Amino acid sequence: MIGDWLERKEVCICAGSGGVGKTTTSAAVALGMAARGKKVAVLTIDPAKRLANSLGLPELGNEERCVKADVDGELWAMMLDPKRTFDEIVERQAPDERTRDAVLSNRIYQELSNAVAGSQEYMAMEKLHELHQEGRYDLLVLDTPPTRNALDFIDAPKKLAAFIDSRTLQAFTTPGVLGLKVLGRGSGMVFSVLKRATGLDLLEDLSTFFSSFAGMTEGFRERAEKVNALLADSRSAFVLVTSPRADAVEEAGWFHHRLLEAGLPFAGVVANRVRPAVPKGDPSTELTELLGDDALARKVMRTFEEERRLAAQDRRNLAALRKRLGRKPMIEVPHLDDDVHDLPGLRRMDEFLFG
Amino acid sequence: MPALLDKRLVIVTGKGGVGKTTVAAALGLAAARRGKRVVLCEVAGHDRLPELVPELTTVSVDPEEAKQEWLRYQLRSRTLAGVLGGSRLFQYLTAAAPGLSELVTIGKVWDLAQIDRRTGSTVFDVAIVDAPATGHALAMLRSPSTFAAVARVGPVGRHAATIDRSLRNPKHTGVVMAALPEEMPVNETIEFERALRRDLDMGVDAIVVNAVHPVRFRREELKRVRAVTGERPVTQAALSAAVSEHLRARGEHAQVRRLRRAATAPVATLPRVFEPELGREHLERLSAELERRL
Repeated sequence: MIGDWLERKEVCICAGSGGVGKTTTSAAVALGMAARGKKVAVLTIDPAKRLANSLGLPELGNEERCVKADVDGELWAMMLDPKRTFDEIVERQAPDERTRDAVLSNRIYQELSNAVAGSQEYMAMEKLHELHQEGRYDLLVLDTPPTRNALDFIDAPKKLAAFIDSRTLQAFTTPGVLGLKVLGRGSGMVFSVLKRATGLDLLEDLSTFFSSFAGMTEGFRERAEKVNALLADSRSAFVLVTSPRADAVEEAGWFHHRLLEAGLPFAGVVANRVRPAVPKGDPSTELTELLGDDALARKVMRTFEEERRLAAQDRRNLAALRKRLGRKPMIEVPHLDDDVHDLPGLRRMDEFLFG
Repeated sequence: MPALLDKRLVIVTGKGGVGKTTVAAALGLAAARRGKRVVLCEVAGHDRLPELVPELTTVSVDPEEAKQEWLRYQLRSRTLAGVLGGSRLFQYLTAAAPGLSELVTIGKVWDLAQIDRRTGSTVFDVAIVDAPATGHALAMLRSPSTFAAVARVGPVGRHAATIDRSLRNPKHTGVVMAALPEEMPVNETIEFERALRRDLDMGVDAIVVNAVHPVRFRREELKRVRAVTGERPVTQAALSAAVSEHLRARGEHAQVRRLRRAATAPVATLPRVFEPELGREHLERLSAELERRL
């Protein structure tokens, strides 16, 4: 089962739309691989402390922590702080202290590192790459950020690299004719119109931002390329997490298509919270006999009928997804009686994930 | 304080996959029943609202289009906006200007709730927004105040400050959160409410917990169900389903209680619809239920 998917893999990226149990699945996969003797680190970006608690930790930080999980291997966990990760890169890449401080205190940078869509996703990849480089773990499991669009993070490294592109920087650092020529006609007007519309401050902030970043762009681009290469490497595996709900299944199918298109190594699908298939037949007579109570038997029947209808729909949705997957595998994890939010809960998922 | 649906702008957010779109559509129907002219806006780009409520006006906000529109408005010139929007430098700048996409998106939504400058009246009484999930929604709601601070002078700063004021005015803007009766969505709901208060001094008007299972069995009844064993597999499956559904329902009710204790906003629950796809009549039932409970 999932152990086979991840055999000889060094990076496992769990992706999927919001609310399908991505974080829980990442934790269960990491715990399962650690139980099988691997030294594993799970990276999450979910700020909810419950995951930390479910791993038996008071909280998680931007450094890995060892999880006392009583496993043959080792399980480490960290909660990614995208802002902190971004700061660390700046600190590493900055040629001198002055530049470093100029970038870190720049308002544009602060906003960018905090909130801009794409930078969280990129930082997750960045940290993944860094840990992989260090080579301290057999396997890294990444719980991808809950994006509006599950695919955002595939494009994130490219997007970020594009916007710290050196050509933009040129326009700011050499605001003479040459810079403007590179950018095409209308640049002079762009500046004057923006000045009118926004006031000088925004431009000044941008200009400082770009000029202090000038020395770092090559480093950033190089890293973005390495991150991209790592994602496409055969040592990486993308695991798609979904629920049997129609919208989640639809998104998973589309995501699968995009992964193949982008040439990324897709391993398989984990479908969470699947209702078990319901046997055929009408149990109402036997229920009445067993329970000796018509009203109670009817209540049980009613619950059962609802369950049956939902289970049938789960089957249909997953069958449709399976068709789109071709030969790629799918693992079904049944709906467990309560939320999984502790180590025993994660262990219960193990038997389904690892078969 | 005006009631929720008497406000001009209602933002619906929540953790991914908790039924934001359903809640937005149900609120839209409720407002329409009261004779309001409603516009439903989708900003997450999955375009499900027109299918769900075909009789209501729906708008899907595309950040790129909104950017062009915003430019035209800022520059008061279509040609200039065209030149600028097509410029590579401008594209770099807008990509680099943090939160601009969020700003123009919320700006577009805000605009739908304003008085038309030409006619002097509003086109819609209330704009209901099917907003992105909590993290993105917070970034979106924060973007006007960020921009107002960064662009201190000029029309952009002024425009952003105006939007920011309306968003923070509880008479103008309401925030509704959708949730599910599960651990993680409940946590995220509580955290979002706190973050909204901390960052923007805004409150949440109501929390709607979707898909709550009914607790059908009394303790003593459950004991009897557990005590027997079905001979045929189908009978045993029915008995097991009753037990596990009951446990699930009990767990869910505990989560709702936890949410009620931790949240400041009133919490309304909607029953689980036992249909594979949410049909029209179910949506109407949920909408009526929601109206009653808010």
